[in-house]
Amino acid sequence: MKFGVIVFPGSNCDHDAYHVISKHVGQPVDFIWHRDTDLSSYDAVIIPGGFSYGDYLRAGALARFSPVMNSLQRFAAKGNLVLGICNGFQILCEAGLLPGALIRNRDLHFICEHVNVRVESAYTPFTHELKAGSVLRMPIAHADGNFVCDDATLDELRREDRIIFRYCDRDGQPTDAANPNGSRDNIAGICNRERNVMGLMPHPERACEDLLGSSDGRDLFRSLAGTLAAAA
Amino acid sequence: MKAKVYVTLKPSVLDPQGKAIKHSIELLGYNGISDIRQGKYFEIAIDGSQTAAQAREEATRMAHDVLSNPIIEDFRVEIEE
Repeated sequence: MKFGVIVFPGSNCDHDAYHVISKHVGQPVDFIWHRDTDLSSYDAVIIPGGFSYGDYLRAGALARFSPVMNSLQRFAAKGNLVLGICNGFQILCEAGLLPGALIRNRDLHFICEHVNVRVESAYTPFTHELKAGSVLRMPIAHADGNFVCDDATLDELRREDRIIFRYCDRDGQPTDAANPNGSRDNIAGICNRERNVMGLMPHPERACEDLLGSSDGRDLFRSLAGTLAAAA
Repeated sequence: MKAKVYVTLKPSVLDPQGKAIKHSIELLGYNGISDIRQGKYFEIAIDGSQTAAQAREEATRMAHDVLSNPIIEDFRVEIEE
């Protein structure tokens, strides 16, 4: 089982993701420079948070044209696992691997705080060790996390159980007050139709050690590793 | 030759930046503004070997594939000879 963490110019959570995979998941992991195109030795690829290309044009818009992205499209089409965190989620949307788009936060602020998210579906390779309905505490750190999509897309996401995380209050209620950025339907994370590509705005990799305020993110990476172990 | 590309948010997409700008402008005493929407403007210099029609076609593709995100934005292309 081998993980890869893609590094774009401007990625800044690449080391956090690497640390979690090597220390908490205990598996081999490589950094993959965005100009590399060979993903054949990896079982799962993480697109980390940060500000690829300085968020120029739109968040994630220019990263989509990096050489590694064509390989990633093929990697994902084969059913391999792809996890996009924060900027990674934005890149996956821009690349068309996930539906919708992430625009400027409702209140325009860059928000850096711990939020509560409810697990909406445990039926993904990334969340099967989590319990649907449970509340996780994870940090967000973004200016463009406001998820938007049209009505037809929202219907499809709901119908196909593809909304994986929603912002909620401490009791698990997805209220407007608990929605930090104005995301439609309080959406914090979604997956593709085949369920092998998931993106989320909160940072599970920054919530894996009690010292950092929460270790709720660990089960997500355990799920991911569990899926790969079962497939091996 | 120059291609001018205007990228605007679709009417259905909220524009928190436009709203904040409108608020600031109203603080200066401008009344009667019903809405401000922020967009992006690009000037693309194109060498003279292309016809206007070719330039328009290329700029349109660039606008569709790169400069705008069709999920949230519309665009308009003008060619200046």
